Amino acid sequence: MPLNFYRLTPVVLALIVSFGCSSTEPQTDSGPTPVAGAKMKLVFIPKSTGNPYFNQVAKGFEGASGIEFSSQAPATADATSQLAIIKEQVQRGVNAIALSANSPDALNEALDQAKAKGVMVLTVDSDLTGNESHRDVGILPTNFKKIGPAQIELLGSQIGYEGEFAILSATTDAPNQNAWIETMKTELKNPKYAKMKLVEIVYGDDEPQKSSTEAEALLTKHPKLRGIISPTSVGLAAAAQVLDNSGLYPGGAKATGQGIVLTGLSTPNQMKKFVEKGVVASFQLWDPADMGVIATHIASNKLTLKPGDSFEVPGKGKFTVEENNVVYAGQLLTFNKENIGKYDF
Amino acid sequence: MRVSRLPWDLMVLLGLLIAGSLLASFFIPGFLDFRYLLDTSTLHAEAGILALAMTFVIVSGHIDLSIASNMVLSAVFAGLMLKSGMNPPLVIGLTCVASTLLGTLNGVLVVLFRLPSFLVTLATLAIYRGTAQALLGPKSVAIPKEMVGLDQSLVAGIPWPTAIFVMLAIVSGLLLHRTVFGRWTFAVGTNEEAAVYAGLPVARIKIWVFALAGLAAGICALLIDSRLGVARHDLARGLELDVITIAVVGGCAIRGGKGSIPGTVLAMLLVMLIRTAMGVANVKAEYQLTAIGLLLVLAVGFGGLRGSPRATKVNL
Repeated sequence: MPLNFYRLTPVVLALIVSFGCSSTEPQTDSGPTPVAGAKMKLVFIPKSTGNPYFNQVAKGFEGASGIEFSSQAPATADATSQLAIIKEQVQRGVNAIALSANSPDALNEALDQAKAKGVMVLTVDSDLTGNESHRDVGILPTNFKKIGPAQIELLGSQIGYEGEFAILSATTDAPNQNAWIETMKTELKNPKYAKMKLVEIVYGDDEPQKSSTEAEALLTKHPKLRGIISPTSVGLAAAAQVLDNSGLYPGGAKATGQGIVLTGLSTPNQMKKFVEKGVVASFQLWDPADMGVIATHIASNKLTLKPGDSFEVPGKGKFTVEENNVVYAGQLLTFNKENIGKYDF
Repeated sequence: MRVSRLPWDLMVLLGLLIAGSLLASFFIPGFLDFRYLLDTSTLHAEAGILALAMTFVIVSGHIDLSIASNMVLSAVFAGLMLKSGMNPPLVIGLTCVASTLLGTLNGVLVVLFRLPSFLVTLATLAIYRGTAQALLGPKSVAIPKEMVGLDQSLVAGIPWPTAIFVMLAIVSGLLLHRTVFGRWTFAVGTNEEAAVYAGLPVARIKIWVFALAGLAAGICALLIDSRLGVARHDLARGLELDVITIAVVGGCAIRGGKGSIPGTVLAMLLVMLIRTAMGVANVKAEYQLTAIGLLLVLAVGFGGLRGSPRATKVNL
């Protein structure tokens, strides 16, 4: 064939340049105009696909009337892929974006462009810490300050507010873990918990193997141990497995006295088998769906919020806007035999 | 002797591109908006520029898996220099020099130790990104305001990153298809032994090719810094695979000796078309990946059907 393939180069270039030239033609509008009376479009952009936690967040968005909701996740949990999605969704004509940011700052420029086109930008679960001005409202799971006291109460109520207990944490420098442990210590000064004694804090580094070893060591080192709090899902599951194997849980085959009470923070799916068997009576976490419900409420009512404002979400109660336009979505939920079957995340 | 089948590859790509654009324009509301398409092209310009350099690497019979890691490390390097208050032109120069050296290092290791480039660059992929993470940890460097937003400013109606891609495409096309260096690159990738016996400076050509990949990484590092306004260690994860995908869809034979710049440019546009159109149509990311994967299988299968490339790819 005599066709010289270099001759195609101008065709390719012409294609590209034609893109360029057409853009210089006067255009009336930079984005698609929303049709009056059309349903409001809301998109949720999780951190990545296939994460049951975010599927539960998405459940909170679903079912609201007057909203066309969709969820669009990047295949990998990385900021640059979320950036493309933000641009595509703005072009698709969404009115509001709810984002679980993969980066506190790499999305700033794209979010500013979205806001400039009148799109409401909400962060859900994962905020733009330090860059809050690039979004309208940040909706976080729960007020972390309340986690420590709630965990102490959950354990206390099961051991008659009396006896030795230990904490199985993640890594020594995990900021959330340490903040929660601090609030637990503060809460122990409350006279109600005067007979409860924190004997040791151990760290399982969020590795199943190390967490198990640490949990086993606690059992041998402290024969009078009444309870363990593990405010991390890896630690809680590992400790539950140790209690299950050793039969030391309340009502277990080898339990001496009342047995060892284990509680902490985790997701229902990871704990279902232990709760159903009775190894763990109850544990806590926030319901991720609450964040979806609140985001939908803010977006559909086009709420303009500033710190100190408060608003009412039907069925969920009253919420106050905190510093940096943060809204804490809800209370901790206590999971037990009765309710654990209702959740899937 | 010119290979008569090459235009066919390009015709197929061009046909797919035109058909895809028409389909997307008719069926996807909001897709046919040139301003948006141009804006979104800035997201793909970096992968496109890296794919131009990758074309040289693959044609020479090698691969550079570290190209995106090099870009990220250079982006972090540039960010740190800008933060320290160095003047921007100097930073631009030093970044390109640094990234070219990182690329050259790959070439030197390949030549010196006679190691497969797959292994060498697999190692430097980890080393370069690891160094970026060691430098910054989980933090990020903010890029000074005057360096941010190149993707939002236009030259001749085209956003700068896209314009730079077009210019580099022309330069790369001339370099690969119209110069002695280009012919040598094909010769090394076609049959290295023959190239050695023909008296070609094979070692030097290989090092040059990897240096080019490094230079492209440096240019893209500056583009991504300007586009995002921050430099972080975890940017553009897995971008090297997108880059290789573009080159292979564009007709590069992974065994070397075959490939073209027009093919790579068309492939870049095709991948961009698929991702953008499906994105605006709100198709889930996993289906977008499936579509790109199918395209890759088709491209490789199509290449395979034409029989052994070694017999026909002399491009002198």
